[in-house]
Amino acid sequence: MSGGSGSGGGGGVSGGGPSLMDSLFQRTLDDLIKGIRLHTPGAAQSTFISKSLDEIRREIKSTDLQTKSTALQKLTYLHSLHGIDMSWAAFHAVELTSSPSFAHKKTGYLAASLSFRPSTEVLLLLTNQLRKDLSSTNQHEVSLALECLAVICTPDFARDLTPDIFTLLASSKSFIRKKSIACLLMIFTQYPDAVRVCFKRLVENLESTDNAQTLAATVGVFCELASKEPRSYLPLAPEFYRILVDSRNNWVLIKVLKIFSKLAKLEPRLAKKVVEPICDHMKRSEAKSLVFECVRTIVSSFHDYEFAVKLAVSKIKELLLETDLNLKYLGLQGLLLVAPNHLWAVLENKEVIIKSLSDVDRNIRLEALKLVMSMVSDDNVIEICRVLIGYALKSDPEFCNEILTSMLSTCSRNVYEMVTDFDWYVSLLGEMARIPHCQNGEEIEYQLIDIGMRVKDVRPELVRIGRDLLIDPALLGNPSIHTILSAASWVSGEYIRFSKNPFEIMEALLQPRTNLLSPSIKAIYIHSAYKVLSFCLHSFLFPHTSTISVSNLVDEHEPGFTYSESEGDTNADLATSSKNTITRESIINLLALVLSSLTPLAETHDVEIQERVRNVLGLARLAQEEISSCDTLQKESIFAVKHSVIIRLINDALSEDLGPVSLSAQERVLIPEGLLLEEDLHKLDNICEQGLPISESFSLVKPVLTENDSVSIHPNEESSEAESSSLLSEHRKRHGLFYLPSDTTQNTSTTFPPANDPNNQIDTDVEDLVRLTEESLVLKKKSTLTRPRPVVVKLDEGDRAPIARAKAESNDDLISGAVRDVLLGNEDCNKGGKGDSEGGNASKRKSKKLKEKKQLSQSDENVETSKQKRKHKGRQRGDVAVQNSVIPDFLL
Amino acid sequence: MGIRFILMVNKQGQTRLAQYYEYLTLEERRALEGEIVRKCLARNEQQCSFVEHRNYKIVYRRYASLFFLVGVDNEENELAILEFIHLLVETMDRHFGNVCELDIMFHLEKAHFMLEEMVMNGCIVETSKANILAPIQLMDKAS
Repeated sequence: MSGGSGSGGGGGVSGGGPSLMDSLFQRTLDDLIKGIRLHTPGAAQSTFISKSLDEIRREIKSTDLQTKSTALQKLTYLHSLHGIDMSWAAFHAVELTSSPSFAHKKTGYLAASLSFRPSTEVLLLLTNQLRKDLSSTNQHEVSLALECLAVICTPDFARDLTPDIFTLLASSKSFIRKKSIACLLMIFTQYPDAVRVCFKRLVENLESTDNAQTLAATVGVFCELASKEPRSYLPLAPEFYRILVDSRNNWVLIKVLKIFSKLAKLEPRLAKKVVEPICDHMKRSEAKSLVFECVRTIVSSFHDYEFAVKLAVSKIKELLLETDLNLKYLGLQGLLLVAPNHLWAVLENKEVIIKSLSDVDRNIRLEALKLVMSMVSDDNVIEICRVLIGYALKSDPEFCNEILTSMLSTCSRNVYEMVTDFDWYVSLLGEMARIPHCQNGEEIEYQLIDIGMRVKDVRPELVRIGRDLLIDPALLGNPSIHTILSAASWVSGEYIRFSKNPFEIMEALLQPRTNLLSPSIKAIYIHSAYKVLSFCLHSFLFPHTSTISVSNLVDEHEPGFTYSESEGDTNADLATSSKNTITRESIINLLALVLSSLTPLAETHDVEIQERVRNVLGLARLAQEEISSCDTLQKESIFAVKHSVIIRLINDALSEDLGPVSLSAQERVLIPEGLLLEEDLHKLDNICEQGLPISESFSLVKPVLTENDSVSIHPNEESSEAESSSLLSEHRKRHGLFYLPSDTTQNTSTTFPPANDPNNQIDTDVEDLVRLTEESLVLKKKSTLTRPRPVVVKLDEGDRAPIARAKAESNDDLISGAVRDVLLGNEDCNKGGKGDSEGGNASKRKSKKLKEKKQLSQSDENVETSKQKRKHKGRQRGDVAVQNSVIPDFLL
Repeated sequence: MGIRFILMVNKQGQTRLAQYYEYLTLEERRALEGEIVRKCLARNEQQCSFVEHRNYKIVYRRYASLFFLVGVDNEENELAILEFIHLLVETMDRHFGNVCELDIMFHLEKAHFMLEEMVMNGCIVETSKANILAPIQLMDKAS
């Protein structure tokens, strides 16, 4: 490599030798660009480019540096703008950097910084050249090396070149110093140990205010460092404060404000000190960028200072009234930052916000929407949603869905915390489903079912909404809301006892246009039809007993089973109302309808549908026999007829209430006394092991039972798991979709809100599944005139937000650890333990204080020596609170 | 790191300059540029200059046929970046005299050189036009 550069040493232009032809007739970069422009984009252009690439490949091997340099220039151009791979030319770039000609060197370095990656093989070959250029007497060569290093730095480079950078940091030329400071950031991230060497010089640059150039670079580096781990830089607060007060450079001030915004969150006392100067800047400055940065800093980090916030809000208001859209957008963003702590500021600007909802710019509309959502409370949720639905109907499809999404997520937040009137909410969901562009089908589907299970009081209304959706044949034509229809059909089937007219629902479920549905949804329709049919038959056959507990009667036939008549009292009225309409004739018609519309489907190829259709048909035929036998028999003897008992059993099974069930509930069911699970079932272990994964396919969530989450050491543990899991998988087969995710397993459905309401009476000692549902029944209240918020069933063990926080990058830890060591002045004793970022030995802390005092004497002249003496005492006892009192003197 | 990348793109969506301050593969760059260009060029004069994309905030400004797009992280001050874009354009204007797309195309190396003077590691290090152009002028004189 060096041989090549040596031979070309006579100067860039005079080439010669074997490649004379090449260099004479070489296309220049200009030629290449013109050529590309001559060819139309597409095939012609790419053939031209690949032809040029062949030339470049030949030329770049030339021993003439000028030829090589031009070739590399062309290649860099193609790489940068046409996405041509140039990794193969890495060696040639390295070669050129060692050229004595500045122009060649520049081309080489540019190619390197644009194309090198950490995995580039020849990277290490560059180390020596970089070192040579970093120590060059030509400041422009130094600058080239620094700029390249700042981009392609690897841990190896950083380690090898740290001493050179250290030297440059003290350079007398600010041009060099500035660049080496900016380069430090990369060095630190790649090689945290460099902090121990260079950090002091960096801080010195912070203190020397005479040079605006280096200060900007230094503050920039600190801003980046502090954004990753601010705590280590608290001791430097006095320096930053001085810059905040003295500097007149807006670029620098913005960066310093960013640093303070981070620091103030860690040290509340800092706020008192800096809030004044920030307000001064806000009042005084002409530069909108600085004013906005002040506003942002105040509202995000100093929101306890009323006067500052008021000033900031007044500035936001000015921005909002500007005609410049950029300022308006930022004003809205500013408001969004204020909203969590000072909602009044949002309310004050309500008009502008609402008006912005119909702005031409989608980004502005989105910000306005977020602000509107921040204003929602349980008092105004109905009003706001009405307004928003109006906007949704007027907006383009994309924004319409943004509105719907945010309404859905706001209203469902924290288990529908906002919603008091669920009748209104479900009708809102129904309304959303009818919006033509609605793309939120899955969320609405989820919420319809979720509310149905959680809120008993709303079920009659839910059934009504479901009916309206099902009965409208037009909706079936919109595939994007099919999932909503599936929820509507499930709700109608599950809560059919609240329906005023079950026949109508049956017709809706079986209407011909349901052919448009996908098989899985069609299957849900048919299953709902099954439920409806069984309900109608039952109501017809047992008109008087349907409200009485039937468990006794059933016990006679099937002694092993018990049935809970969960909805005994409440549905009495409704049931009678619908029962009144059930006549013998209507049942016969119903059966005819079912048989005629479903018989053709019995031969369908989709197993899901086929199976369900056959269930319904079986029931319908059974009922037909039953009804014809009714003719001949006396009413009293009905109970003797086996068929009617079967119908009753089916109906009872179907009408059993399904509450939301925690995935881990099954684990907590106590094994009844005297039940010896292991005797018969321990052989199921093997089956279960294979069976469990299969059951997953029926459930959207992972299985509850994991090997290690059981605390019981009972010997029958395994087999009880085996049994419960087989039951569970059986149960899930039917209702898998409606399980709540468990906290013990990783959540797959993240949309589910956390249920940690402290007022929840059910949550604390849920012992088993049965008690859970019973209790939720007990809690249920009749609705009164004032319409109290209905009970919303929540589960304590609902999915908690994952507690594990994202771990900070280890490199950041290393940097901040090293920074602390340097700032505290004990780098010697800590050389070994570089990862020890929060390790606090006493000597370290003491020296921290010493360092503080040093800075203090430099920056704050008001401090007297007596105070320092007090400080000495404080040091001996104050070790405990050291984290919080990093900069106490500055704050006094 | 404040600035993540700087792009100059013409009306037709062709990239005229691309400078990244973090490593992306060629494929990632191509995808990112395509998405951003599609998003920003579709916007008109009546819309604001800030677009959120992936985890970037794009601040852009159009000068004649050329779009200057700067990708920054979410903490960056948008107005300052707009000022930066303007400064960049003014600096190029001073050097090329009424700068146009072709100037940047045919002097890509110089344009990169100017950017390197202004931005290092994603931090703005120089904002004085004279300082930015000094090395380039020296170089021009030498050649």
